[in-house]
Amino acid sequence: MVSVGQHENIEILSYGEVEEVSGYVGNFKVKVRKRARYVNEDLCTGCGLCQEKCPAKNILSEFDAGIGTRKAIYMPFAQAVPRVPVIDTENCIWFQKGKCGACQKLCPRGAVDFEQEDEVVELDVGTIIVATGFDLFDPIRAPEYGYDRLDNVLTSLEFERMINAAGPTGGKVLLKDGREPERVAILHCIGSRDERYNVYCSRVCCMWSLKFAHLVKEVTDAQIYELYIDMRSFGKGYEEFYKRLLKEGVIFIRGKGAEVTDVVEGPEEEGKLIVKCEDTLLGQLRRIPVDMVILSTGLEPRRDAVEVAHTFGLSRSADGFFLEKHPKLAPVETASDGVFIAGACQGPKDIPDTVAQAGAAAVVALGMMDKGRVALEPSIAQVNVERCSGCGECVMACPYSAIALVQGHAQVEETACKGCGTCVGHCLSRAITLLHFTDEQLVAEMRGALRLVEVA
Amino acid sequence: MAYTYYPGCSQEVSTKAYNLSTWAVAGALGLELVELDDWNCCGTSPSYSLRSLSTFALNARNLGLAERHSPGCDLVTICNGCFGIMDKTNRRLAEDAELRERVGEALAVIDLEYRGSVRVRHLLEVLVNDLGQETIQEKVTHPLEGLQVAPYLGCAFSRPSGIDDAEFPTALGDLLSWIGADVVDYPLRASCCGGILMMSDKKEVALKLVHNLLADAVRRGASCLATACPLCHLNVEAYQGQVNARFGTDFSLPVLFFTQLLGVSLGLGREELGLGTELVSAAALLAPHMT
Ligand SMILES: Cc1cc2nc3c(=O)[nH]c(=O)nc-3n(C[C@H](O)[C@H](O)[C@H](O)COP(=O)(O)OP(=O)(O)OC[C@H]3O[C@@H](n4cnc5c(N)ncnc54)[C@H](O)[C@@H]3O)c2cc1C
Repeated sequence: MVSVGQHENIEILSYGEVEEVSGYVGNFKVKVRKRARYVNEDLCTGCGLCQEKCPAKNILSEFDAGIGTRKAIYMPFAQAVPRVPVIDTENCIWFQKGKCGACQKLCPRGAVDFEQEDEVVELDVGTIIVATGFDLFDPIRAPEYGYDRLDNVLTSLEFERMINAAGPTGGKVLLKDGREPERVAILHCIGSRDERYNVYCSRVCCMWSLKFAHLVKEVTDAQIYELYIDMRSFGKGYEEFYKRLLKEGVIFIRGKGAEVTDVVEGPEEEGKLIVKCEDTLLGQLRRIPVDMVILSTGLEPRRDAVEVAHTFGLSRSADGFFLEKHPKLAPVETASDGVFIAGACQGPKDIPDTVAQAGAAAVVALGMMDKGRVALEPSIAQVNVERCSGCGECVMACPYSAIALVQGHAQVEETACKGCGTCVGHCLSRAITLLHFTDEQLVAEMRGALRLVEVA
Repeated sequence: MAYTYYPGCSQEVSTKAYNLSTWAVAGALGLELVELDDWNCCGTSPSYSLRSLSTFALNARNLGLAERHSPGCDLVTICNGCFGIMDKTNRRLAEDAELRERVGEALAVIDLEYRGSVRVRHLLEVLVNDLGQETIQEKVTHPLEGLQVAPYLGCAFSRPSGIDDAEFPTALGDLLSWIGADVVDYPLRASCCGGILMMSDKKEVALKLVHNLLADAVRRGASCLATACPLCHLNVEAYQGQVNARFGTDFSLPVLFFTQLLGVSLGLGREELGLGTELVSAAALLAPHMT
C-alpha cells in the first residue's frame, strides 16, 4: 500500500466516494466526494500526537471489529495510507459541545482544521475498475448462535483482530474474563450454504477457519473443534494445510453447528457455551461444551451494492455480487464498456484470487487505453434527425445511457450503444433504426420464414 | 376491525382458562372477536401425520365457513397447533392444484367452497402487530412490576409460519415487557415441549424436554412461565409431578397463559381470567398485582 501511495502515476483519493459517473469508455467523467477529515493532508506528518492526546476515548474501533477502542481523532489502523488521521465528528467533543480542541492546539503543524468541508473532485478517466469488496454476514440475523447475547461468541473478523499481534489483545486469545480458553469451537458456514440467508459457498471461510485453529494452537493449549459441512480446501497447498491440522490434533466434526446455548443439561456444562450439532460421521446428536465459539461468518455483497451498481452501470448476479460480462471469456469485464471489476465485489474469493483478478483487470484496462480506440458493435441505433421530435422517450428508455438530446434531437453515443433496440421500440416517431436490424430487414426475414412452400 | 375467532377444542375442555381470558382481554382492549359459527376440530398433528388429506379438508371447512360468514376478516386462533395446521392448509391449497381440487370435492358435499382468502393469525401476533405497544400500554392499570416471567412460545408459533424469528421469537417477551413484567432471558422459548409424545410410548423424551424447560426457567430466576399454546401449557404444567419423580427435582412452577397475565395487568378479575384453575397455584404470585 505504501508503494502505491508513493507511485508517481497513482493518486489516492482516500475517504472519498464516487458520486456520479457520466460519459462512456475513454471519456468518463467521474465526480468524487472527498469527505472532510478535518485534518489537512498536506500539512500533517502523521506524528500521532493528536490521537495520543485526544480525551474522547473508548470508542469502539471499526478496524478492530469492535473489540478494540480508538479516540475521536484517529488513524484507522497503523499502516494506513495516507498516514493522516480523521475526526469522527459524532464523538468529537469539539463538534458535539464546541469545547476541547486539544488536537488543534497541540498539532505542531497546525494541520487540524475544524472548518474543512467536503470537496467534490471531477476526474476525466478512460476506464474504471470497481473493487469495492464485501461485507461480512451479520450473525445477529441467526440468533440461534447467540452472537451479541452470549459472551465469548465471536465473529471471524473479531477473532482475526484478537489473534493479530498488533490487535487489541496483542495477539492473546482471551475470554471476556481475561482467562485463556480451554476449548474453542469454530463453526463453519454461518450465513453461507444456508437456504435462509445465502445459498452460495463463501469459499474463503474453510481456509481461514483452519488458519484460526492453527493460530489458536500456537498461542494456547486449547482443544479445538471445527464443525464443518464439508471441507473445501480448494487452492494450491490448501489440502496439505488441512492434512497438517488433522495431525496437529484439531478435532474435526462433520456436521454444521446448529445452536450455541448456555442452557446446561449437566454439571460438566456449567459455565460453558454448549455447541449443539449432529455429528454425521458418528450418526449422533452432540453437545460440546466449550469456552469460546468463533462463527465463520460468510461473505456477502456490500450493503450499498445496489447503489454502487447503479452509479457504475453494473449488473448483479442472483447472489447480489457484481456480474462479469462472461464467466470464462470476460471475467473482469462488465456490461458497461470500460468498467471492470476485481476482487470480492464480484464474488467471494481469497487474497490470491483477488490479486490475480485485480492484475487481470488492470491489464485489460491498460490495454484498452494503450490502443486508444475501441471496436464498436456493428449493430447500433441510428437517429433520423428529420423525423425526431425530441420528445426524449428514448433517452429515458436506454439502459446504457447512450442517448442524449442534442439541439432538440436524440443523439446516440456510438461507443456506449449496445444495439439492444429498446429505443427503437420506444420511439413514437419511428425515427430510430437499429443498423442491420431495420424494419425492412426484419419484415423480409419474416416473409421468408412464413412463406408457404409447396411440398412435392 | 373485526376478527373471526377460532378457539379450538382444547379451550372447551382442558384449557378453558385460555378461552375465557382471551375473551376478557379482547373485551378490555377493544379487539372485536366473532366466534366462528359451527367450527370443527383442526384434526391436530396426529391426524395430519396419518391422514393429511382429511385434515386439510377439515381445516378447509373452517376456512370456508369463515370466508362465507365474515369475508375479509382474518381468522384468529390461540393454539399453536390449530394455527400451524390452518396456516399450512392455506399454503398447501394455494400451491397445490390437485389438493385444491380434492378438498373442493369434499367441501362440495356440504355445499361449501373455499377460495383461499382467509388469513390465519395467532392472537399473540395480532396483539403485538395490529394493536401494538402504545394501544396496549394505555390500558395497563396494574403493571406486573417485579414479576419474573419466562416467555415460553413453543416450537410451532414461529415455525414454519414465519410470523416471528423461527429460532428466537421475540413477540411474547415484547408483549410481557410492555405490560411491565420482568422478562427472563429464556433461550428455550421456541424449544419443543414434547407435544403429543407425552401421550405416547415415547413419553421419556417428552419428560426430558419438559425437565429442561423447567430447569432452565428456574435457573434463570423465573417465578412463572407464560405460554401461548394449550398443548405446551399442559405439558409443562401437568407433568411437573412426573418430571420430579423421574429426575429427582422439586419443580412447582406456576404456568399461565399470556392472556391471563395480560388480563391481570389490565386490571381484570380472577374469574374472568380463569385464574384459580391452574394445577400449580399462581394465587400468591399474582396477589400483589391484583386488586
Ligand atoms: C475474517 C477473515 C479472514 C480472512 N483470512 C484470509 C486469509 O487468511 N487469506 C486470504 O487469502 N484471504 C482471507 N480473507 C479474505 C480476504 O479478506 C479477501 O479475499 C480480500 O479482502 C478481498 O479483497 P478486495 O480488495 O476484493 O475487498 P476488500 O478487502 O473488502 O476491500 C474493498 C475496499 O473497498 C472499499 N470500498 C467499498 N466500497 C467503496 C466505495 N463505494 N467507495 C470507496 N471505497 C469503497 C472498502 O472500504 C475496502 O477498503 C479473509 C477474510 C475474512 C473476513
